[in-house]
Amino acid sequence: MPAYTVPVPRYWRRIGTYYRLEASRCRNCGRVYYPPRMRCVCGCKDMEKIRLLGGKFQLIDFTVLHSVSEDFEKQKPIFVGIVEESSTNVRIITQIVDVADVSDLEKSREVEPVFRVVKRDGNVGIICYGTKFRPKIVG
Amino acid sequence: MAGISGWGCYIPRYRITTREIARVWGDDPLRIRDLYLIEEKTVESYDEDATTMAVEAARRAIARSAIDPEDLDAILVGTESKPYAVKPIASILIDAVGARYNIQAVDSEFACKAASDMMILALMSVINGRYRNVLVVATDASQGEPGEHLDYSASAGSAAFVISRDNTCVEVEDFYSYCSDTPDFWRRECCPYPAHGEGFTGEPAYFRHIVSAARGLMEKMGLRPDDFDYVVLHQPNARFPVRAASMLGFPIDKVKPGLVVDRIGNTYNASALLGLVNVLDQARPGSRILLVTYGSGAGSNAMSMIVKDSVEERRGRAERLQDMLETKIYVDYSLYSRFRKLIKMLQ
Ligand SMILES: [Zn+2]
Repeated sequence: MPAYTVPVPRYWRRIGTYYRLEASRCRNCGRVYYPPRMRCVCGCKDMEKIRLLGGKFQLIDFTVLHSVSEDFEKQKPIFVGIVEESSTNVRIITQIVDVADVSDLEKSREVEPVFRVVKRDGNVGIICYGTKFRPKIVG
Repeated sequence: MAGISGWGCYIPRYRITTREIARVWGDDPLRIRDLYLIEEKTVESYDEDATTMAVEAARRAIARSAIDPEDLDAILVGTESKPYAVKPIASILIDAVGARYNIQAVDSEFACKAASDMMILALMSVINGRYRNVLVVATDASQGEPGEHLDYSASAGSAAFVISRDNTCVEVEDFYSYCSDTPDFWRRECCPYPAHGEGFTGEPAYFRHIVSAARGLMEKMGLRPDDFDYVVLHQPNARFPVRAASMLGFPIDKVKPGLVVDRIGNTYNASALLGLVNVLDQARPGSRILLVTYGSGAGSNAMSMIVKDSVEERRGRAERLQDMLETKIYVDYSLYSRFRKLIKMLQ
């Protein structure tokens, strides 16, 4: 049997979170969680599903990683940033891609979600897709 | 009448110039440019493939159409560079765009032509009333053997269209197909790079099929080149479409708006369709467009389209191809090799 490292059922259960940036919002106090939670810190369990994908995003902060985990070894250095969705103030830690130069990220903080490969599980396992962010074309 | 209700595209931001490729492989860059008339081509990043580009193009087409993704009745993909040998891109698109699960979804292959076949099938399904909206996506991240002809042109890109019965902004008037067994280009199972019949890709393949499909459609509809404002042809390089258009009697200014290969390379299934996107990004309402795709093996689909008034209100709903053409990051052949995984390592 070839060796796989990605637990397929877990990836499959999170497809909405990874692809469509689905978050959960508490119907009692309005707190929003990404990744989604079943229960709010206020104790309420009545959570509704919302989609962050169509929102506007700002880069709050970022760093450049030269020492990375095995999955990102062939992409280093990688940019990792904290991105905030403007209508919910939800913050996401994410890879920032298509960066020509660090100064790009300093000039404009507007970023947009892009659908990308997050991990290819060896030569035989699944390809895990998900959402990353990149500098938005400001035109 | 049935047609397109939304269009969208995606090209990677990375580019490599044909001059840089020629430098690495010891070719004369001027001769190479003269041969293909390609300045630069797109390069997919390390984390991009035919699926990721399809998702981006599809989301933009849906945004322009302004339909609820749950109103899609089918998702049809044309590609020849599926990341999985078995497992469709169309299935990933369902979840990535937020479509319903009780729909039809499938990937199809006919070299660079399959996506236009899916457009025709989508049109027929909305004309007969069974479906209301069908998402059609052309996507490819194709590779050529390093240092060989295709290394100068094979690139990455995606174009997507929502084909609808109502709410259209482009009406498709008619279509015409022309196919035969012509082995000009192929790839056997497990071969990483395609092979082509040397000197066989032009006359009996590209020109015969493109010209026959275009003439067949014009004859069927009783139209002449004068009746069209734009002609958009499959563009493996910039020489072939210009020559085919001239054989058909179209002046160069009707070809130019639909010619993007010089700046992005050959995006295979998306090749002519990105040309169409560029035309829809700028064409005046009332314009008539002749689109002719081509796939090796070989065959062509010709379609005649009329741009409606509603095209203008939809342009601003997503980035234009022109914006994407201007947003670019150049890479050298070393980074290109890394992005395209040309460097093989022992695992
Ligand atoms: Zn709460």
